[in-house]
Amino acid sequence: MSRSLLLKALGLVVIAALIFVPLTLNRYGIYIMSLWAIMTIAAMGLNLTLGYAGQVSLAQGAFVGLGAYTVAIMMTAGFGFWLPLVLAIIITFAVGWLLGYPALRVQHHYLAFVTLAFSTLVFLVFRNEEWLTKGIYGIMGFKRPSAFGVSFQKPIEFYYFTLGALALASAFMAWLVRSPWGRAFVALRENPIRALSLGVDTRRYTLMAFAIGSAMGGFAGALYAPLVEFIDPTPFTLALSLNLLMMVIVGGSGFFFGPFLGAAIGVLLPEWLRFAHGWYLIIYALFVMLLLIKTPTGILGIVENMIAARKTRAASAARAAASAGLDKA
Amino acid sequence: MMNFINLLMAGLATGAIYALVAIGFTLLWQTSQTINFAQGEFVMVPAFFVLAALNVGMPLPLALLVGLALSMLVLGVLFKRLLVDPMLRHGVLPLAICTMALSIFLKETVKEVYSAEASPFPSFLPGGNLNLLGATISIQSISIFVFAICAVVALQTFLTKTSTGRQMQATAQNPYVAKLLGVPVERMIMYTFLINAALVALASFLISPVYLAKFSAGETLGLAAFIAAIVGGFNQIRGAIVGGLLLGVIDNLAAAYISTQYRGAVPLFLLIAVILFRPQGLMGRAEERTV
Amino acid sequence: MTRTLLEVQGIRKTFGGITAVDGVSFEVREGEILGIIGPNGCGKSTLFNCILGQLPPTEGKVLLDGDDVTGLRPSEMNRRGVSRTFQLLQVFPQLSVRENLILAGQEHKGTMVTRLFGPRDAGLTPDANQIIEFFRLGHLADEKAGGLSYGQQKLLDAAMAFMAGPRMVLLDEPAGGVNLTMLGHLEERLRAMNTERGATFVVIEHNMDFVMRLCTRVVVLAEGKKIAEGTPAEVRANQAVIDAYLGH
Repeated sequence: MSRSLLLKALGLVVIAALIFVPLTLNRYGIYIMSLWAIMTIAAMGLNLTLGYAGQVSLAQGAFVGLGAYTVAIMMTAGFGFWLPLVLAIIITFAVGWLLGYPALRVQHHYLAFVTLAFSTLVFLVFRNEEWLTKGIYGIMGFKRPSAFGVSFQKPIEFYYFTLGALALASAFMAWLVRSPWGRAFVALRENPIRALSLGVDTRRYTLMAFAIGSAMGGFAGALYAPLVEFIDPTPFTLALSLNLLMMVIVGGSGFFFGPFLGAAIGVLLPEWLRFAHGWYLIIYALFVMLLLIKTPTGILGIVENMIAARKTRAASAARAAASAGLDKA
Repeated sequence: MMNFINLLMAGLATGAIYALVAIGFTLLWQTSQTINFAQGEFVMVPAFFVLAALNVGMPLPLALLVGLALSMLVLGVLFKRLLVDPMLRHGVLPLAICTMALSIFLKETVKEVYSAEASPFPSFLPGGNLNLLGATISIQSISIFVFAICAVVALQTFLTKTSTGRQMQATAQNPYVAKLLGVPVERMIMYTFLINAALVALASFLISPVYLAKFSAGETLGLAAFIAAIVGGFNQIRGAIVGGLLLGVIDNLAAAYISTQYRGAVPLFLLIAVILFRPQGLMGRAEERTV
Repeated sequence: MTRTLLEVQGIRKTFGGITAVDGVSFEVREGEILGIIGPNGCGKSTLFNCILGQLPPTEGKVLLDGDDVTGLRPSEMNRRGVSRTFQLLQVFPQLSVRENLILAGQEHKGTMVTRLFGPRDAGLTPDANQIIEFFRLGHLADEKAGGLSYGQQKLLDAAMAFMAGPRMVLLDEPAGGVNLTMLGHLEERLRAMNTERGATFVVIEHNMDFVMRLCTRVVVLAEGKKIAEGTPAEVRANQAVIDAYLGH
């Protein structure tokens, strides 16, 4: 009871901080906060595919790229923001669905290799198909969106826009993982053979886990394009996919709030380490390795273990008290 | 035609280097379920050990030996003790992710400590061109190929002909049974890491004179070795050799005859096709899967 | 004469050159508890896997209510009312006991769409609670399955097989590794399932006493072949059965 109250209070504080702190930040600080919100959405998608449904994917970065390019290309062609956004989600959903098919044949590291190859192929398309993507010169000249007469041009306005998108994505995700689908995804991760014998169509859920996770990546990409207002292939190398994977694992794979924390560490920590100049990535990499050696379940895994240990202690204390009471009687 | 022969030769030379790296990759997977995403950086680092040794005034042969020794210490012993051993109990994926972080770490450390620029690297093999029946063939390509193949043959001989080598193979195939048979499994695994470190150091010394020593040099190389290992057969040294050579040749021919831009795509398609339709690799045997 | 529910015709399964199941035929009648016994490695589990679509049989047919269901996917077999447990314990450790049971039932109700937008428990909480009561797991309903004792997990494993109101249940060594107290409880609950709800069972077991007490009819396998069939008493007196068991 007191814990849930504490959690609610903590939640309120975090939400208040997300709303008010950026008002005090400069342009760059606000940009970083917006990037955090966007990367959280992308990592949330990967957390669904990997953390809940147990399907390894090294291609989430490619879906962010697909979403970003869809929006950039269509906006420069004069389609506004909303139609390209919807299309970005549909395209990444469909491509993610197709990428799920290999997962029906191979698993674990083999699946990781297939998705890795896919990710690199998508990058090559971004770089080489100049007629569509303008290649290494990149696409610019598209604006940030506006809705119902409210413009999201200024950095702080666009930040609130991404924060709203994050809230929406979180609500969807919360609904999804607590629905029977979420239960089926967990079953797929923990024991696909048993799940199949209980009537769970593991094939369909595998494809869905890929499709929805990828569509979240596409959604994030669709927001990334108007944030940076310039899209070229460089951000969408395999490194982005690996980074998103690290965010999911570091935050806590399979935990709802894992991606929030993981993205905070993956996006914000390097910024806080700016004082260390070029050394910040070295420190970041060291941190990730040390954390994983300490616990492979990420930061939220540590927290859960601590809570479980305390519960066990409390329970055994209660049992001891009860048996002491019996002795007296 | 002459162009083709030259391309083939260059392809075999790079392919032989890929094979060295792929064999190491395969060995690590076999003996300790390590998918080393830092394998490319492992090839990049030894060149900088040598450059550092040259900078303090050592002659090239000595610098190469120092480079080899440091590689075996850092990329062999320390890698196993500090990273793989504590991570192994956590499973394949967390360990793989750890090696991703390691690859960032190595890349950025070299960049910060040494230089972000590409540095020339001296070759210990003969260079120049050979005129053969009117064709010009790069001696460097040939000598790289011969040298790398000799190294592979030496390794194969060690693994099949010596008792230590056979014990290592037993460890790779089934550590539990090997242990029951009295094989010092822990030591054999350590040897594997040392061999991997020696292989990547060798690859580094062979390829750096051609492509220069640069902190980011491992990115493409790592991917190539990785594809070579899987295409050939993830659990077979023989497969890694075939995969490496095949990939080197395909890479060079694709660049010349298909498209420079998509040269990187051909190996990737090959990788996807092999995994989906022949996951045991071109040279591998199918593993019976248990339900 | 009771109706035949499942008919297995000449199932053969080879792995490479090894024949694991060699032309086994039998039928399962509505409302009975059929035992399948045999020495280790006689192909019992492989037979189960062939019947349920986990493995494609090399030869032979499986008929359910007279319909050919050979080689259907396990999820489809389950939706047609044939459920099972596995030899090795298989529950979902991260889900609570109630969640495990809801999972076992949810795919039998509604469509993918209603499962996404409908109620979180797919309307199955009452059913799950009923099963929980039936197997006397009430005090554990909200515990994570991974935290239960082995015997309790085994009980949950069996309970999951009943969640969707199956027409028949195939139990693969339900007694394996379960202590005596729990075994008595399990046996009593299975019998109650049979008498009170008319559930049909096929039970693979090593524990001979358990089979002889529980089953109404027994099929004996040895080296992939059926060597005897009959009531427990008949089978116990069969010379071929005695030879097969003593010979091993």
